[in-house]
Amino acid sequence: MAKSKTSAQIIQTNNKPFKKVKVDAITLDIVESALRNARYEMDATVFRTAMSPGIREQHDAFPLIADRNGKMVVGQFGSFISGFLEGYDGTIEEGDVFFTNDPYKVQGAVSHANDWLIVLPIFYTGRLVGWSCHFGHMTDNGGKVPGSMPTDATTIFEEGLVTPPTKLYKKGVLQETLLELMLNQVRLPTWNRSDLNAILAACRVAEKRVKEMCDRFGVDTYVSATQAALDRNLRAVGGLIQQAIGVEPVTFEDYIDDDGRGYGPYKIKCSMWREGKKVVLDWEGTDPQAVGSINFYLNENMLKMFWGVYMIMVFDPEILFNDGFYELVDVRIPQGTLLKPNFPAALSCRTHALGRIFDTFAALLGQKNPDFLAAAGFSSSPHFMYSGTDKRGEWYQLYQIGFGGIPARPHGDGPDGHSMWPSFTNVPQEYLEAYFPLRIEKHETVADTGGAGFYRGGNALRVDYGFLEDGEISIHDDRWLTYPWGVTGGEPGERSIKVMYRGGYDTGVVEYHLSKCDNVKVKAGDILAFITWGGGGVGNPLERPAETVALEIRRGLVTPDGALRYGVVANKAGKVDEAATKKLRKQMQAKRPKTTPVFDKGPDLKTIMANCEEETHLTAPRPPIFQPENELKQAAE
Amino acid sequence: MSYVLGCDVGGTFTDLLLINEKTGETFRGKTPSTPADQSIGVMKGITRICSDAGIKPTEISELMHGTTVATNAILEGKGANVGLIVTDGYRQVLQIGRSYVPGGLAGWLIWPKPTPLALLENTVEVKERMGARGDVVRKLEPDSVVAACKVLKKQKVQAVTVSLMNSFANGAHEKKIRKIVEKELPGVPVSLSHEVLPEMYEYERTLTAVANSYVRPTVSKYLGNLEKALKKKTGDCKYKVLRSDGGLMAFGNASDRPVSLMMSGPAGGVAGALWVAKQSGFKNLLTFDMGGTSTDVALIENGDPQLRRETRVGDVTVRSSSLDVRTVGAGGGSLARVPELTGALRVGPESAGADPGPACYGKGGTEPAVTDANVVLGHLPPSLIGGEMKLDVKASRAAIKKAVADPLKISIEAAAEGVIKIVNENMFGALRLVSIEQGYDPRDFSLIGFGGAGPLHANALGKLTGSWPVIIPPGPGVLCAYGDATTRVRNESSQTFVRRYSETNNKEVLKILNDLTKSAAQSLIKEGIPKKEHQIVWEVDLRYTGQGFSLTVPCKLNGFDKNGLAQAAKSFDASHTRMFTFALDAEHEIVNLRAIVMGDAPNVKAVKAGKGSASANAAVIDDKHTIWSDGKSHKAKIYDRSKLKAGNKIPGPAVVTEFDSTTVILADCQGVIDKVGCILITPKGWKGNKAKPKAKAKKKAASKSKAKK
Repeated sequence: MAKSKTSAQIIQTNNKPFKKVKVDAITLDIVESALRNARYEMDATVFRTAMSPGIREQHDAFPLIADRNGKMVVGQFGSFISGFLEGYDGTIEEGDVFFTNDPYKVQGAVSHANDWLIVLPIFYTGRLVGWSCHFGHMTDNGGKVPGSMPTDATTIFEEGLVTPPTKLYKKGVLQETLLELMLNQVRLPTWNRSDLNAILAACRVAEKRVKEMCDRFGVDTYVSATQAALDRNLRAVGGLIQQAIGVEPVTFEDYIDDDGRGYGPYKIKCSMWREGKKVVLDWEGTDPQAVGSINFYLNENMLKMFWGVYMIMVFDPEILFNDGFYELVDVRIPQGTLLKPNFPAALSCRTHALGRIFDTFAALLGQKNPDFLAAAGFSSSPHFMYSGTDKRGEWYQLYQIGFGGIPARPHGDGPDGHSMWPSFTNVPQEYLEAYFPLRIEKHETVADTGGAGFYRGGNALRVDYGFLEDGEISIHDDRWLTYPWGVTGGEPGERSIKVMYRGGYDTGVVEYHLSKCDNVKVKAGDILAFITWGGGGVGNPLERPAETVALEIRRGLVTPDGALRYGVVANKAGKVDEAATKKLRKQMQAKRPKTTPVFDKGPDLKTIMANCEEETHLTAPRPPIFQPENELKQAAE
Repeated sequence: MSYVLGCDVGGTFTDLLLINEKTGETFRGKTPSTPADQSIGVMKGITRICSDAGIKPTEISELMHGTTVATNAILEGKGANVGLIVTDGYRQVLQIGRSYVPGGLAGWLIWPKPTPLALLENTVEVKERMGARGDVVRKLEPDSVVAACKVLKKQKVQAVTVSLMNSFANGAHEKKIRKIVEKELPGVPVSLSHEVLPEMYEYERTLTAVANSYVRPTVSKYLGNLEKALKKKTGDCKYKVLRSDGGLMAFGNASDRPVSLMMSGPAGGVAGALWVAKQSGFKNLLTFDMGGTSTDVALIENGDPQLRRETRVGDVTVRSSSLDVRTVGAGGGSLARVPELTGALRVGPESAGADPGPACYGKGGTEPAVTDANVVLGHLPPSLIGGEMKLDVKASRAAIKKAVADPLKISIEAAAEGVIKIVNENMFGALRLVSIEQGYDPRDFSLIGFGGAGPLHANALGKLTGSWPVIIPPGPGVLCAYGDATTRVRNESSQTFVRRYSETNNKEVLKILNDLTKSAAQSLIKEGIPKKEHQIVWEVDLRYTGQGFSLTVPCKLNGFDKNGLAQAAKSFDASHTRMFTFALDAEHEIVNLRAIVMGDAPNVKAVKAGKGSASANAAVIDDKHTIWSDGKSHKAKIYDRSKLKAGNKIPGPAVVTEFDSTTVILADCQGVIDKVGCILITPKGWKGNKAKPKAKAKKKAASKSKAKK
């Protein structure tokens, strides 16, 4: 057991040690497939029974099944158990089910308090054989703003309910007082209750499946098979690291544009190199923690998992993914930075940093292997929130995740207006209109917002929310200031923007809204155009077939003006003027640099800041003011 | 004399089954399919089977047809050039879809996005708007429709779909647009989303209506040609085609609503399994239809196959009812390999296809397929009865050695057994999806194996699922045609009616159900089925207020005005608990209402197998065969199925061959021939299902997680 570091005490009624048995390759494959099926079953259970649109329609919830030591064998977005075990001080017995949403008590295994985590130890004939876990983002977690992600918070105490690892069930008995206490803190108790039920039901499904497997294969074989699955991944990723990661450090830095309090941009920097068998991910050079809520308390195992998935997807998607390779990754995050803030820093808006970390991974892994290099695309996971009391006197509250342009990939265009997050989907517009006082005037992608390239970046998504009731909205987005970069000759994608048409499109009263804001009052009749980012392009746009560009004009994805960026002269009907195109392409090619830089981040930061107001209609952020170092140290103590 | 003809067109073969309505006597036929024009193969097959049976084609009174025309049009991307008319602001409804990228975290790096079924350049916006409750927010501007038609004309579209926002609540604008399109683009068929699928969710509704248009010209041309050719040959005869939901419909109706034919093929298998099993006295079935490239499985409880409210073909998932058939991309042709990096054995989804086929076909294939593994293990004897080709055992062994045995450093037999185990596990996964994951215990069911390769693997799968007896029907290779010939006419009408229980009442719902019944019955009356033969089923889709998915529960109209909704809620709570381990104390909400009207089932009699003694020795054709299983070789006998009689017992290990398939009975099992000729396989000494105790954990979890409000 993960006994060395933790004070958690696992109580088994049967302490007979497991016998290590040799598991033949085929049995191992069967166990792995069966666990994977169980994981999909967990998903299905949650999506079908949860109530909040965020989980039910958009799938902002993530399952995993782990071995008895807490290592994830199947799953994709979390390895919460080691953090939980290290943060939990108490007994773990058969029939116990744990709940927590406190990032600081589980070493960032959940990264903001909206994510409610259930951890269920699986016992078989008195012995711990595994864990099933699931977390889901609750539409509301109480606190100072609807949606519980206040952009102006400076401590976690402003972000609603924070519960340390606690038994929700003690030896099979529901702790009703605890549950009622929790639900009393939130604005939508029915949704929270139902969503929590859904993720618990999913964990129970996994528990059942694991026990059936112990029946079927024998418990020693099952336990040995989970170890073997982890070992197999360790070997595969180990081989990949040797092939793909050099001993020379590669470095990349990128920005979060602002903190919603008027300061920014904040730098995230990472260097990666190989030392023997191991990869080092060193975040030295990342800015100190922010005063506001954009800090991302990053669990190191979680980071390893993110990196590992990226690595596998970039280089060899055939490898089955699990936690086996963790010992091969050495993560170094300086304390007191944006990615390892000191308690009680506010954390709720960590989604921007999460997005930027993925951009950074893509850049690090592909920098020396441009054949595998995709452009940038994650602005963040944009959020839109709308709440109020309708004419019937009923409280309504929407939390919705937005999407944008997928970056161009090394082998193809980026899809327009799609999700970069696993298993996320949009909420059908008819659904929004049926259940919220909204009319969605437009749901489309915006021509020319994808970065030009041999492969085009995906176009930004535009959703026009027409408000039918007075209420309040919150917006969380990023990449309104810095550009989603292009690579290997491709151009950056367009930046995000939020435009409010007060009283409708025709009144002429137009407001530009901050990328991050809360408590914005809206009136019935107002329309908000929520426009996200475009993905960066890959490769030289002058080499993209002119006919493809013309076809995209006919499809409304590129305009004739936009086609000029590809050196293509064409009319509105998408007919190419071949002579003019040839001439223009020659002129443009002559102006391109002799050696193509790997990244095109658009204008430098100074120019961006200088032109900010003119280009974005928003005031440029002021440079961040960090707490003095000694103050940070004191806080840590 | 009067005959019923079942005809199933598959990817490789067209199967036919001619049934004498009076005696139940059958004739089987198989002829190569003709993919370019499937009707050629069908006509050839009819000529041949009639001459084999010694009857005149005019003696056929009814033809029931299962077809893959619609399926293939989608899989091969050879459908119509579809024009799509949408509400202003929604041109990219198919381009954006649900914004979903498959493949998990970072899956976007490698996902090839499919092109929408209606191209963006063929998608045009019109000025109009309906509200969520069917209120007109903006009147339709007819000029914008005329302008849209001009674009579509220039794009030379062959079919048009109209799909407007909130049309499920009010279809008036779609109807008006159809009139204009019919005038502007004469002869181009128009599908309206609220008619094809009167349900909420704009993307799913649009896609379904577009899929309808996409396959419409192909299907109506095919059915039209076939009908013409058939008329010449058979004279006055009823022609019906099998829908994805297992119901039959007349050719004419099918041409208007071809989206409902997308799973016509697999539905035939389920229907066939159902019919055969009924003759044998089994009502709870897991069907297992294994072909060359894929395997279809389904669950049948108490004689009723499970219906699903969606149909998936390739990348396309439409909201059209289909039998809950799950398909896995694994079949006899699936290839085995061991990727270098992981050293893990993988089988499929790549397939050897028909050409070059598995190594044993001797057509130049060198990669090992599942079929090769079966050859190595002796499950497939090298020369088959009625088989036109001899299988090349050496080639199979060489292929397995190179691709599997050597990399894993194990024997060829162990490698072949590994391949079979992996492929069986994949199929077990599919069987779990339809059983365990829906809350059913597979041990309460019997597994019926058919299709070309099903009988080879059925026994092994029975061991995994515990679904005894495993049933191998007679003529397992043409069972789909049996299904086509023995199903009934079926039609349904449904309506989205989103209301919380507190917002409606029994009377209001009853009125809608009555209206739906009338409209569903109409097409049956049109097909000449009198009202007195109609059997009607009503369904309500319910959920807890706030949930996204609904569950379908049956209801009865008798007494509905008193407690119909309360009864439905009760059934819903029970289903919810069975599937998800908990029920909620939240308000119920109606989503859809539905009426399903069915005609009588055709009166086809089963053939009784001739009676015999317990000994099956008379059918043995080789008693020196060897097969491998469980890591050792076993002496086995090979039997000729056509010589087996009711009551014969076949001790495992054994191989039973017939003209269209081969059955394996494993060493620890035995087979018995029942009265209608099915082989029933059970473990030796088997005393009935549920030998194993149920998992204890199940009940505990269910009772504890019942939530309170």
